[in-house]
Amino acid sequence: MSSPLRVGPLRNARLLDAEPDGTPGPADLSGPEIIEIAEAAGIRGRGGAGFPLAVKLRSVASAPGPVRYVIANGEEGEPASVKDRFLLRERPDLVLRGLELAARAVSADRAYVYVSDPSAARRLAAKRGDTPADIPVDIPIGVVAVAPGYVAGEETAVVRAVDGGPALPTVKPPRPWQEGVCGAPTLVSNVETLAQLALAVRLGPEAYRGMGTPESTGTFLATLSGAGRAPGLYEVPYGIPLRELVTAHMGTAAGVTGLLAGGFAGGLLPASALDLPLTHAALARAGSTLGCGAFVLLAGDCPVGVAAEVAAFFDRENARQCGPCVTGTSGVAGVLARLTVRSATVEDVARLERWGAALAGRGNCATPDAVTALVGSLFRHHRDLVDAHVGTECERCAATDVTADTRFRVSWEGS
Amino acid sequence: MKVVIDAAVCDGKGYCKRFAPEVFALDEWGYGEVLVDEVPPEYEANARAALEACPLQAIKAV
Repeated sequence: MSSPLRVGPLRNARLLDAEPDGTPGPADLSGPEIIEIAEAAGIRGRGGAGFPLAVKLRSVASAPGPVRYVIANGEEGEPASVKDRFLLRERPDLVLRGLELAARAVSADRAYVYVSDPSAARRLAAKRGDTPADIPVDIPIGVVAVAPGYVAGEETAVVRAVDGGPALPTVKPPRPWQEGVCGAPTLVSNVETLAQLALAVRLGPEAYRGMGTPESTGTFLATLSGAGRAPGLYEVPYGIPLRELVTAHMGTAAGVTGLLAGGFAGGLLPASALDLPLTHAALARAGSTLGCGAFVLLAGDCPVGVAAEVAAFFDRENARQCGPCVTGTSGVAGVLARLTVRSATVEDVARLERWGAALAGRGNCATPDAVTALVGSLFRHHRDLVDAHVGTECERCAATDVTADTRFRVSWEGS
Repeated sequence: MKVVIDAAVCDGKGYCKRFAPEVFALDEWGYGEVLVDEVPPEYEANARAALEACPLQAIKAV
């Protein structure tokens, strides 16, 4: 179901209001200067892992050439996130400016924009005709469109798809910065990260750090959904309490009983997490992740039913490649589904906990790790409730079909 | 020496554990798992034997 998207800044819009015109471009700065700005600004990746951009740029720049590639990754596999689609549809110039700067930083020979959103692909294809006028360096930019999928935005899947293969993750090492497109060093960077690079160049590192915290600098785009409300996209300074963001979205945080954090990657958090500051470190300490900045708010939903629904999603959307992930995720989803209809046993619950833990690090991508986070958080915060589902029918679960395509998917037709 | 198993290729044949039980184990579902970050020098020969023996050629030295 598609809903209107509320878009708004909290406190101060920087990225959402940034004009690419007037932003210094690749002709104004050397590669090392661009990397220095990324480092001084403290930009961390906005795709999920929060990896320092400058380290990635430097790795690609110093990898033995002669050929290098850069890819703007706009394949937003997280069903609860819309920020990348929004940027590509509504702020494509800023993303392209960031891509040009990154290409200059690593001395790339060719750049790609990798997308699955047809509307974004059309927008970019139309733009390609008029960008050369303000691209002072001759970097050809190609658009690669793939079918959407949870794993299609994983960095090795991106490389494989650009190479003409299926968008499926490969074993690491090598990572793309070592061997990427055609075996050459390749920067794969989230589209918001690249837009943030353009913003940092425009503002200068000091002003860029003027918002956020020393560990998580600047602002980020957050997608809020769930709790029966239309979804919202907000530009948020790192470090503000989650409660402030939720209150801006809903008017009050009073009805929020818990949430999914980091899209589907960070598992469940209880309502007490509303007091967490929005930083990578704080979410990690809470056993979760800030991930791509997507939060699904729960208002009275049964956490067991929510976990069952998310696990069913992973069971459908995993790459069907890695044995432990395919088998383990299916087992986890099966037990959780049975818990929602009172047909799971005490032994099933023990298996659920063991399988959840055993899946960590057991695939070529982080899908099994997301299942680990989900199951671990369910037991950490709701063990009694899990046990209660063995013998008692849950009315909240009975009212939901947990195997249907997830109601936590944020649809947005946009403009 | 470091070794990694390509999880998308591993089919759980179990040769890795048979040739180098100090380096490889089989997980809950019977798929190969690397136990050590760095293969100790005394087990390198076994690890190489496992790498060569794997029918799926799922093990890589990195």
